[in-house]
Amino acid sequence: MAKFPSEEWIKLFKEEVNKNEAYAEAAKDWEGDFLFIANPDDKLEKEAVFWVDLWHGKCREVGVVPSRDAKKTEFIYEGKYGNWVKLINGEIGPIRGLLTRKFKLTGSMAKIMKYTRAASELVGCASKVPTEFL
Amino acid sequence: MWELTIPRTVVIGEGALEYLKEVEGKRVLIVTDKVIHKLDFVEKVANYLKEAGLEVKVFDEVEPEPSIETIMKGAEIARKYGPDWLIGLGGGSCMDAAKAIWPLYANPDIEVAEINPFTKFELRKKAKLICIPTTSGTGADATWAAIITDAKEERKMELPSREIVADIIILDPELPKSMPPSLVADTGLDALTHAIEAYVSQWRNDFSDALAIKAIQIIFKYLPRAYRNPEDKEAKEKMHNAATMAGIAFGNSQVGIAHAMGHSLGAIFKVPHGRTVDLFLSYSIEYSAREAMERYADIARAIGTEAKTDEEAVEKLIEAVRRLDREMGEPASIKELGISREDFEKRLDDLVTRAANSSCTFMNPRVPDVEDTKKLFIYAYEGKKVDF
Repeated sequence: MAKFPSEEWIKLFKEEVNKNEAYAEAAKDWEGDFLFIANPDDKLEKEAVFWVDLWHGKCREVGVVPSRDAKKTEFIYEGKYGNWVKLINGEIGPIRGLLTRKFKLTGSMAKIMKYTRAASELVGCASKVPTEFL
Repeated sequence: MWELTIPRTVVIGEGALEYLKEVEGKRVLIVTDKVIHKLDFVEKVANYLKEAGLEVKVFDEVEPEPSIETIMKGAEIARKYGPDWLIGLGGGSCMDAAKAIWPLYANPDIEVAEINPFTKFELRKKAKLICIPTTSGTGADATWAAIITDAKEERKMELPSREIVADIIILDPELPKSMPPSLVADTGLDALTHAIEAYVSQWRNDFSDALAIKAIQIIFKYLPRAYRNPEDKEAKEKMHNAATMAGIAFGNSQVGIAHAMGHSLGAIFKVPHGRTVDLFLSYSIEYSAREAMERYADIARAIGTEAKTDEEAVEKLIEAVRRLDREMGEPASIKELGISREDFEKRLDDLVTRAANSSCTFMNPRVPDVEDTKKLFIYAYEGKKVDF
């Protein structure tokens, strides 16, 4: 079990992404990196920031970064910790999360909208990581 | 939390078009196509607006399945003319074009593909929108998304923004009177697909359910009449209202794989929207029933089907949909559309890729993976019952 958020968790997430053939196919043309940010709430005291570099259907690199300003990325996907728990548990989808304002995206929506299946597969990968929540 | 976005005013019934005499403003840009322009609809609309003291300009270059280029051209004309009202007059293509022109008119720096639900476009500081459908089916008058074709990529883009919903919809039963039976069938079955997919969508809610189920009842009752008898005023008016009700329903709960597959087939083989989405409706019910048996059974019972079990009710619903298709001479398979096996197989991977990546696919009660999407296309080509 890996604690979410932690360096160990994001590394296991990378492994899951790189095992996922459906993601590889859906994101074969994708180029772009993300900051995934869990905003503080009653469970999480300090903002947690992951860097995830996705390239042509593979996850090239991941890491925990000290703050949102420490890394410039093409996209930022962020929401409260409790909403990340719901996303990882499959209770809300990545796009519905945006529409209901549980998550916020910074970056080109036009580019993201072409990769709905890839986004869904990524969430599927996150759900497969054996996770211990706060 | 969920959010419903619906048009502010819906004007219905005989004489509804006269509402235009009450519109306040200075300049109107009517977005339409050449066919509608040739009929007397544009003149009629323009006369009412002039009576209200407004200046009118017409952009009539919208083609079926409007392209990015047309939207950019329309936006350029709007920027030069400076209207405070846009009117989408015609079928779904004209109304979607007006909806997509609007953000580009108000925000000259954005591209068509940038229309999305998260950017604030401040549209109403620049203009407002009236939609006047002349066909009864697309629901484009009522939704907050525009379907625009990227011809280069042979892809239909589903462009959503809650801001692009119309301020006013005018449903005048006089307008769809001249629709030929084949158009009555294509558009009416499109509306049926909207309503059924809205009722089973993963994003359904009590409000969309109410409108969807009523629309389904109206369509099953009145569509055959509207198709058989062009003079049946009551049936045509009911279908005109049902199409918008279905539009509000699916606009707030979304559609599923019949639309994902239909958009894909339409973009690649240039088949009209209504015909393609309806073609996939019965296959999508067969495929999705495993995850939404009770919902489909609700629909079956709402149209008067008697059945001892939900399974039996769903079987009867599928048969009812296919019977309606047959009655109206609609194709039951991709093969019947006249697409050769060779052409189909050559483009099968493209069809699958586009459908599998459509946002509609992820609203379906059962989300197919790429493999299932491919099988669904193959079954729909052959006209085979879905058994997986």
